[in-house]
Formats: sequence, structure tokens, C-alpha cells
Amino acid sequence: MLAFIIRRLVQSIVVMLVVSLIAFIMFRFVGDPVDQMVGLETTLEERAKLREQLGLNDPLPVQFWHFVSKAAQGNLGISYQFKRPVLQMIGDRLPATLELSFVSALFALLAGIPMGVYTALRRESILSKLFLTISLIGISLPTFLIGIILIFIFAVHLQWLPSFGRGKVVDLGWWSTGFLTVSGLKALILPSITLGLFQMTLIMRLVRSEMMEVLRTDFIKFARARGLSNRAVHFGHALKNTMVPVITITGLQLGSIIAFAIITETVFQWPGMGLLFLQAVQNVDIPIMAAYLLLIAFLFVTINLIVDLLYVMVDPRIRIEGKEA
Amino acid sequence: MSDVLLSVQDLVVEFPTRKGILTAVDRISFDISRGEVLGVVGESGAGKSMTGSAIIGLIEPPGHIAGGSISLAGERIDNLPRDAMRKVRGKRIGMVFQDPLTSLNPLYTIAEQLIETIRTHMKLSESAARARAIELLDEVGIPAASRRIDDYPHQFSGGMRQRVVIALALCAEPELIIADEPTTALDVSVQSQIIDVLKRLCSEHRTAVMLITHDMGVIAEAADRVAVLYAGRVAEIGPVKDVIKDAKHPYTKGLMGSIPTLMQDSDRLTQIPGSMPRLTDIPPGCAFSPRCPKAFARCFIEQPGCKVHDGRDVACMLYDEGTAL
Repeated sequence: MLAFIIRRLVQSIVVMLVVSLIAFIMFRFVGDPVDQMVGLETTLEERAKLREQLGLNDPLPVQFWHFVSKAAQGNLGISYQFKRPVLQMIGDRLPATLELSFVSALFALLAGIPMGVYTALRRESILSKLFLTISLIGISLPTFLIGIILIFIFAVHLQWLPSFGRGKVVDLGWWSTGFLTVSGLKALILPSITLGLFQMTLIMRLVRSEMMEVLRTDFIKFARARGLSNRAVHFGHALKNTMVPVITITGLQLGSIIAFAIITETVFQWPGMGLLFLQAVQNVDIPIMAAYLLLIAFLFVTINLIVDLLYVMVDPRIRIEGKEA
Repeated sequence: MSDVLLSVQDLVVEFPTRKGILTAVDRISFDISRGEVLGVVGESGAGKSMTGSAIIGLIEPPGHIAGGSISLAGERIDNLPRDAMRKVRGKRIGMVFQDPLTSLNPLYTIAEQLIETIRTHMKLSESAARARAIELLDEVGIPAASRRIDDYPHQFSGGMRQRVVIALALCAEPELIIADEPTTALDVSVQSQIIDVLKRLCSEHRTAVMLITHDMGVIAEAADRVAVLYAGRVAEIGPVKDVIKDAKHPYTKGLMGSIPTLMQDSDRLTQIPGSMPRLTDIPPGCAFSPRCPKAFARCFIEQPGCKVHDGRDVACMLYDEGTAL
């Protein structure tokens, strides 16, 4: 088990190194950083001095090493545009994105799994067909359209929910949360549905097909032959066997929820990292883009690591293989 | 034999398909007494397993019982409501399936699966159920049962898993066990051990067994009586020794001739020419008539009824009083 964790950790570090190389290359090849930092009237001598100061004359591997070691210590540079440390800026925006992503993932799971189970067990019922139709809409409509439709219905027409922003947030020092105020919670509803709808339909369809697959297996037939109740067969024996693929997909999707919150954040003017990133792209603010890239990669790697560990908890067969390895 | 436990009368199982109705089981009748082992042999598709599934009430839809009756200890069980039938399954009729590798849920320990089954049928506390589970494992011959009970199915060998499956079938001391090809997926050396366990338990508990197999060797070793099925119909039923030594039905004769013995000196085994008809085109008259070496005109027109002849039920025109031999 320990060997398994260590091996996975080493793999994660390698992935992070590769991603930081890409982030590093971005600095070098998306224009000259000195050009972006200084004004037009700066003399050539001053430019050369700055170049020396920034260490841009060092050999590339040395520069890369500086970049990685600084990044590992949390120093991701200073935004060209805002002249503030990038880490601090992202730190300000991170809670908004994480809260939004967390609520959408929760919504996707809590609605997706029961709907998947229901449609697998009652294949012929009208409600199942309704769920499947809705899921088709969820899969095929682009996120921004869903967001705009929801805003149109619930914010403009019915005026139940706000159409933009996070509402009132409570500052806990290092974390600003919208969970503690009514307006904060209300503001979360529409964006998280928008962001989570696609994942929900994905999870629902996955649970449905896995469930139908498992219900055909011998051990389910044997469980019935043992006289177990339908509830025990469906939820105790069948559902648990569908969980390994569901955990995988949910884990991977959680990463993409965070990464692709950009669109939802733009539609709802949600003050998260995605919005920050879009502004950075518009202004060629490379430190922010590089930091965002690194952060998203870090989240993906961490989530994958957690998913791998969760498998081991759910499926004892993987536990044994891990032991032997 | 006295003390009839299970009585199947004129059982018909049908499957509606696009090409019309398939009759998988066509008016099969037999009895099983308490403590008796009835072997059921036949080729694949002869209706053996379907009969077993019909008795325990687990025919996969759209298949259904279309006629006849099944009674357990004098009570009809083929028309019980679903919940009442569930109480019969596992409690009064236990079932053992062919493949021990897939009969057990891989995600639960043996203890969890045994205790769950025991507590479904008996009012026992968790610890009492656990004690009973260990007793059962002991009884089916699992060494160090109290230590191995917390293992997962994949930690057992095939033969050991089949013992666990038998223990699961025995949880509530059922009156009848339906063993559907319990040894087919096992090594020959393990096969006889499993048969021994089944035989021993049945004589100790006076449990009746319906042993479904296509292996005449297993039947010869374990069964008291044997029913030979062909194309969904009974060809012959009788005491196992008589049937093996002196088969009456031409199909049974052919079946016996195709078993190699050490005494025989011939190079080739006798074969029955042709193959069993598909359920879509069973010939009129006797289903075996196109392949029967002794068929005569009547065989192709009339369906033979099951007639008692020399203490045996034989469905063949050769033994019909109307036919001159």
C-alpha cells in the first residue's frame, strides 16, 4: 500500500514538472518578457540591465530550475498588469471558484446517481424516459446557452434568483465564503446548475449503463436466489459494484468542472479564477496564465491521486494488487 | 418413493420472441422426495436450467410460466405473489449456480454475504449469525473457517468458492437445493469433492437436491434418480442404476453409448447422428424422431406421452401399448 502511494506520488511529481516546463516555455516564447514590462522609451542599456537582473541571460535549464524552485515555494511571479503577486491574486479568487465547483459537483452526484439508478431499474416508466430526454438536452446544449436560459427564466422573468455575482460573502480571513449568507447561497444556485448539468447527465447515464450491466451478472442472480430483498440487491449489491467507474469519472470531471468554470463564471460574472484568467488572456498577462495552468494541473493531479486511493477503498481486489506490487 | 417434497406437473415455460413463441420447457413433470437427489441431464438448451429457474421463480423476462404447476410440500409456489416467493427463495429452496467465480459479490467479504443471507431469513443477532456462518463454512469443509470468514471471494480458489456458494444456499436450512451445473466450472479432482459435500449435507439434513448437469459421470456418482430431458421434454425418468445399465428411450441409449468406459475396446464412441432441434423448429410428433434409429411412422405424427414401463417413465412410442413391437 505504501509502495503504491509512493509510486503514485512520484508519477504526480513528473507530471507537474512537465506542466511547469510548458508554463516556463510560455514566458520565453510568447513574446519577450522585457518588452512587456518596460515602456517604449526605455533605453537598450536599461533593458540589458533588467535582463541581467531577471536572470534572463542564464542558460535555459538554470532558468527553468529557478522557475520551478520559486514556484514550489509559492512564488509565481508578479502580474504584469496589476503589479501584484500572482499567488495572492489567485488566492483571492480561488474560494469563489472552488465553492462553485464543489456545489456543482455535489449537485451532479446527488441528482445524477439516484436518477441513474431509477432509470436502470424502471426502464419502461414515463419518468425514466423523461429523465433520459432531459439528460439528452443537458449533454447537447452548450453551457453558456443553459446559463443564459436559466438567467432568462429565473432572474429576468420570475426574478427569484440573482443573475450575476456571488451575493454577500463572509470573509474568514484567508477564505471568503458565500455559504453563510442567504444572498450568497441564492447566488450559487443558477451558476452551479449551469456548471453541473453536463456532469449530472454524464453521471446519470454512466450509473444507468453500469447498473444495467451489473444487474445481469451471476452474483446478482445468486443474491436474488438467496432471497434477499430487492432493496438489498439493488442498493447493497448492484450499486456498490457500479461505484468504481463512477468515482473515476466524477474525479476526472471535478477537475474539468474547476478548469472549465471559465465559461460559467463569464456568463454569471462570477468573481473566480476563470474570470481572472480570461482577463489575463486579453492583456497577455503571462504570469497569471502560467500560474493558472500550474494550479489547474496541480488540481488534476491531486484529484487523480485521491481517486486512485478511493478505488482501493471501494474495491478490495485493487487493494491486494497494490500490496503485491 | 414416499414423502414427495417437490412436484412439477406439466410445466410449460414460454418465451415470446419476434419470430413467435418459443417453448423452452414443454410439459415437464417429475417429483422429488425428501432426502432424494434427482439428477437432470440433457444437452444445452434441453430446458434443464430453465426448469430450475422456473421452480425458484427467477425466469428472466420476457420468459414466463405458461402452464402446469409447481408445488412444494403440497403448496403451489408457481403462482405466489412476488414477496411471498422471495420468502421461499433462500429459505425453503436454495440454489447453487454453475460458476463460483461469478456467483459471489466481489466487493463484500464472505462473512458479510453469509450474515446478510442468514439475517434475511432468520431472526438472529449479528454475532449469532456470525457463529452460524462459521458453522456452515465448517460444514462445507472450509479449513480454518473462523479465520477465513473475513476474506474476500477472490482470496479463495474455485473449489473453495463453490463451497462458500453451497454454504450460502444452506443458510436457512432449505428443504430443496437446486444445483445448476455446480461442478462444470471446476477441476475434475475438485468436482468429486463438491459432489461429496452436496451428498453428505443432503443425507444429514434430509434435503432434497435437484442436480442439473450434462455430465453423466456426476449423475452416476451422486443421483438417486435421473431425468433425461430432450428439447424441453422429458425423455425418460428412472432410478439412476437402471437408466445407466438398461436405458429404454433411444435417446438415453445413444447418450449412454457416447460415454467412454475403460472396459470398452472400441476405437470410436457411438454418436447420435444430427443435433438437437432448435426451439424454433421442433418437429411434430416425437422431438427425437428425426435422429432416432428406431423411429417409425407414428413417431413423426404423434407426440408420445410419458408412460410407466418397468418402474420408469419413458416417453417413447416403442413402449406404447398401441404399438406392436
